[in-house]
Amino acid sequence: MKVCFLLIFAIAVTTCTPEKKEASEKVSNLPEELEKTLLTVDFNGLQPYLNKTDNKTYIVNFWATWCKPCVEELPYFEQAGKKYRDQNVEVLLVSLDFPNQVEKQLKPFIEKNKLNSQVILLNDPDQNNWISKVDSSWTGAIPATLIYNNKKRTFYETSFTLETLENEINNFLKPLP
Amino acid sequence: MKTSNLFSLFLVFALFASFGLKTSESGYKVGDAAKDFSLKNTDGKMVSLSQYKESKGFIIVFTCNTCPYSVAYEDRIIELDKKYKSKGYPVIAINPNNPAKSKGDSYDEMVIRAKKKGFTFPYLIDEGQKVYPVYGALKTPHVYLLNKENKVLKVAYIGAIDNNYSDAAAVTERYVEKAVDALLNKKTIDPNTTKAIGCGIKK
Repeated sequence: MKVCFLLIFAIAVTTCTPEKKEASEKVSNLPEELEKTLLTVDFNGLQPYLNKTDNKTYIVNFWATWCKPCVEELPYFEQAGKKYRDQNVEVLLVSLDFPNQVEKQLKPFIEKNKLNSQVILLNDPDQNNWISKVDSSWTGAIPATLIYNNKKRTFYETSFTLETLENEINNFLKPLP
Repeated sequence: MKTSNLFSLFLVFALFASFGLKTSESGYKVGDAAKDFSLKNTDGKMVSLSQYKESKGFIIVFTCNTCPYSVAYEDRIIELDKKYKSKGYPVIAINPNNPAKSKGDSYDEMVIRAKKKGFTFPYLIDEGQKVYPVYGALKTPHVYLLNKENKVLKVAYIGAIDNNYSDAAAVTERYVEKAVDALLNKKTIDPNTTKAIGCGIKK
């Protein structure tokens, strides 16, 4: 059983890795040191991150440095990312900062707050085209968060507290009845 | 008997469930009649839609001082007003944010912003946040195009201004312009609903 689990995990890891590499190639126009921490994608580039089928639970938070409620809840995502890492939970922070604010705002913000979670910059101004593809219920306001694993998928157009976030994560980690 | 009881219980639940869904998506849909309001403009005067006897409708824009998307659209909102006021569809901008939660969106800051940008349209404060929930606005900017039909204001379009928030020059679809043009030419509005990224309204 354990071997089987390890095997699945190994497959999941190996299938994920090339995907990440592919996405990071798209940022060749960004400075080198940024490449390590920040990917820039359009919605097509983001989609694989919203539809992974491995055994992890993914928390995808849509935010921006200028969005006050987003910044307020960011520490909770960071804390949850650390706390639940051993339970196969991964946090992804999708920034909607304007591309011309990357150097002035986003990059300094990531450095100053020493963000541990992966940050991806979504640069796709054709919003009407992709908002519904993230979730049909999303009206387009941020903060917004998608939590999913291979059994369950829920979208939240709301702010979280550490407590409400952990409650939701626990719901996802609970074995289904 | 027992099964029918269970069934009616189920019906009651289903009914509640559907009501529950309705309340979570409250606000106007295209085709709904829109309510008038009376809100304070940056010149200190109260503005309501009924004061505009000659207008054919309104471009209602929920927007604010502080949201970068709103700021990115300011010039385009001015252009909309300049283009369509004379054709009977003036812009009415409403700031829905609670100033206690977003200091840059206070009435005084609105007055400063309206002057600085030379707004050609009313910029109203939704004092007590009573109007935006009726419309169902959730973010800024969020457009509700209203059209007068037999003296009743009906919602004709809800959504984004165009399809590129970050670069006005790269816009390929001007949703609001297309919608007003369709009304002026008595054509069907397509699309009549779009989605836009925006800043959640500060409650």
